[in-house]
Amino acid sequence: MGDLVREVDVAVVGGGPGGYSAAFRCAELGLEAVVVDADKRLGGACLFEGCIPSKALLHVAAVLGEAERAKEFGVDFGEPRISLDPLRKWKNERVVGKLARGLASVARGKSVEVIGGRAVFEDSRSLRVEGDEPQKIRFKHAVVATGSTPSPLPGVELRSERVMDSTAALELPDVPARLLVIGGGYIGLELGQVYAALGSEVTLVEMLDGLLPGADRDLVQHLARRCERAFKSIRLSTRVTGLRDTGSVVEARLGDGETATFDRVLVAVGRRPRSQGLGLETTRARLTDRGFVEIDERGRTADPHVWAVGDVTGEPMLAHRAMRQGKVAAEAIAGRPAAFDNVVVPAVVFTDPEVAWCGLTEHQATAAGRAVKVAKFQWAASGRAATLGRSDGLTKLVVDPETGRVLGVGIVGPSAGELIAEGALAVETAMLAEDLALTIHTHPTLSETLMEAAETLLR
Amino acid sequence: MPFSARCEINQVHDTRSGVCLAVSRQGAIRQSVLKAYNDAMSRSFTLPDLGEGLTEAEIRQVLVREGDVVREDAPLLEVETDKATVEIPSPFGGRVEKIHVQPGQTVKVGQVLVSFADGAAPAGKQAADTLDPIRKLASEPTTAVTDGGRARQTPAAATPPPRREGPVPATPSTRRLARELGVDLRAVSGSGPGGRVTDDDVRAASGGAAAAAPAEERAPAPAAAKPLARAGVEPPPLPRFEQWGPVERQPLTHLRRTIAERMTLSATLIPHVTHFDRADVTELDALIRRNLEAGQARGVTLTLTSFILKAVAESLLEHPHFNASLDPGAGELIVKRYVHLGVAVATERGLIVPVIRDVDRKPLLEVQRELGALAARVREGKATLDDLRGGTFTVTNIGALGGTGAIPIINYPEVAILGVARGREEPVVRDGAIVPRLLLPLSLTFDHRVADGADGARFASAIVRRLERPDHLLLGL
Repeated sequence: MGDLVREVDVAVVGGGPGGYSAAFRCAELGLEAVVVDADKRLGGACLFEGCIPSKALLHVAAVLGEAERAKEFGVDFGEPRISLDPLRKWKNERVVGKLARGLASVARGKSVEVIGGRAVFEDSRSLRVEGDEPQKIRFKHAVVATGSTPSPLPGVELRSERVMDSTAALELPDVPARLLVIGGGYIGLELGQVYAALGSEVTLVEMLDGLLPGADRDLVQHLARRCERAFKSIRLSTRVTGLRDTGSVVEARLGDGETATFDRVLVAVGRRPRSQGLGLETTRARLTDRGFVEIDERGRTADPHVWAVGDVTGEPMLAHRAMRQGKVAAEAIAGRPAAFDNVVVPAVVFTDPEVAWCGLTEHQATAAGRAVKVAKFQWAASGRAATLGRSDGLTKLVVDPETGRVLGVGIVGPSAGELIAEGALAVETAMLAEDLALTIHTHPTLSETLMEAAETLLR
Repeated sequence: MPFSARCEINQVHDTRSGVCLAVSRQGAIRQSVLKAYNDAMSRSFTLPDLGEGLTEAEIRQVLVREGDVVREDAPLLEVETDKATVEIPSPFGGRVEKIHVQPGQTVKVGQVLVSFADGAAPAGKQAADTLDPIRKLASEPTTAVTDGGRARQTPAAATPPPRREGPVPATPSTRRLARELGVDLRAVSGSGPGGRVTDDDVRAASGGAAAAAPAEERAPAPAAAKPLARAGVEPPPLPRFEQWGPVERQPLTHLRRTIAERMTLSATLIPHVTHFDRADVTELDALIRRNLEAGQARGVTLTLTSFILKAVAESLLEHPHFNASLDPGAGELIVKRYVHLGVAVATERGLIVPVIRDVDRKPLLEVQRELGALAARVREGKATLDDLRGGTFTVTNIGALGGTGAIPIINYPEVAILGVARGREEPVVRDGAIVPRLLLPLSLTFDHRVADGADGARFASAIVRRLERPDHLLLGL
């Protein structure tokens, strides 16, 4: 078979949120863009093994939780019966499948071709596609958007189907009676809550001394309290030093020799960039010690023809950061004066209660020795929270003491993930706390808590 | 609020106008002349044809103000063309009703520069108006800029505020605007709530004098930079230097742009080759020293340059291919039967090359005398167009500024250029003994389409021979 050489303006490697955002924006700006993706479909880890399927399952967990809580106000649905086949089918077809079809049709509409296969750079201007549709692509610019992949547990080698990463856990192979979750970050907490709601007895082990490292402790506290009730146990400052598959169960050695038995283990100790095996060494692009592709504020690597966006470029590994980066890179490629100059990349943990923050955290301010004013509003005083039976929430603002500018916002409570959007807008647009206080917020809603928190600064 | 850096520039601007006003005022107010213009209709003065294919010029100074009364032939404007700075006299007298141009603006032949009123106002008042601006300047030294006739406050700060750490408070759309205008947000102080940088702050920081005016009003910005004429190769886009630190965009002056375009044209079009040689000018130097006083008695200071010009001129007669221009379209070499030598002169504004005509036919003293006068005119910006055109070969003497040699770029469309570096005493072996000799490094760059290396070597040694044997030079040998 002869070499088919395809000439394009922009070759995007990876069809996740960063990749398809870049490709779509390129197309809008009149550049011919193709996406090379091993799956031959757009969506990436976000749609197929991350954000979307996990949120679908978390919704199921939330419904189960609400039904359980309904007993408090005299409504008893009885014990839930969970059928995994219809649940998987709903998640895979009605949620993930529907969104994937949507992306495919957007790509068609914008004439962005998706080529199935693995892309390997041959030099700064060309790459080869290995797989079903082998070909050579010559590009003017390439965008590396290969994302990230779950990290294995350091020091513990065990290949067993009872030991799952987040991708496998989202496939929902069964509901194990006893589940060990390794990692108290957002993935471990979210999936731990899913499996706990479905009926698993969950033990969560975290190496550090607190859940959700990086988030302010007063926010995490509400989540920790709920997890303590929903999980069998939470072991902080504990390492998993060994895993052994006995053939029917997994034996885990925790910390200094204590062993415990589980039916399944979820390893959720983070994600690492997918930057190896791409032939990037044939270009002038450079990697950091941790394997991230180095980029400038527009997304360009040290190679003027090679750009990179999303998880492969660094923390925070979040889809919405990747999407913005993708658009910036596309505009920069098209010659526009674009830059990723965003002040905030909001973070949301979709647990129950949700934890969300953006901009400067109180913890960061303290660590940096920066003087800030912190305004807090406890949801116990919120009418809307009371009607929801959920007073376990907190809204806080981190404010510059001299100018009153909102530097950061943190929220814990139901719908915190939606509420943080207002906080992101406030920080990104350099709003003053006064602006939040003087804006009418609908009553009764949880969004009032932002206004209320801001008002405490005006007294 | 402290007065801004921009205000200081305004002051300079105003002062300059003041000086110019003083110039234009000389004999400008004559009742008799005024009377004549009172009857005249409103008239416009357009940029006249400057000759020699020149189609545009840059306004350097406006020497009059609106309301001024000027007489015929009084200087109105100073313009800079590709070749020289020229004062343009008023073709008629009268009251200046409107000035349509500003310093820095590039104007085309035929474009209206100044309108003159029909002179309906009483003559006495006009005379007073003419004097007024000078008094005004004295009493209001830091008056706000007049931008298109609209006085306004300039909001920018005196010195740029110190760069700040962390994100600059501004909305994303303002930040995008800053990128589009090439403004470093960190250097802008915010006028919005809590120090937020607003769109207006960004525009003010970007536009210099035209700052706070809305974008559409800035459209005909006079000092706006123009792209260089292309020379075939499309330059790749520049990186965003702002990402590494603050930058400032300065429009090129007309002269700088002309030099840039001509050098790009020459370097892109002509295959350059440079031949190096050294002339032993020990004897010549002694000759000059011996005759310095005698020359000065005739009002001429002898310099090495005039001898080099003579040596070049004589050598060009022997090697006429270097006194030529290539016509690639016709496939012909245009050999010039005259020897007009350009001499590169460094001025504050940039490099200018005045031309001395018929160097081969003029005695050395005459060449020396013309050289001095021409260089002085150029440095004062008083060179005429005729001083600057018609050259057949260029000599550039970089010796005064040090260095051991340089590779000059041909002054298009000439065929060659001679670079002369600083002469130095060096040890030379002569008859088995080491003796100190004064050696002058020469670099001859020529068009390889026209001449080959051997031709260049022969031409260079012809020059060297004449410099080493001043007796040959003076005898025309």
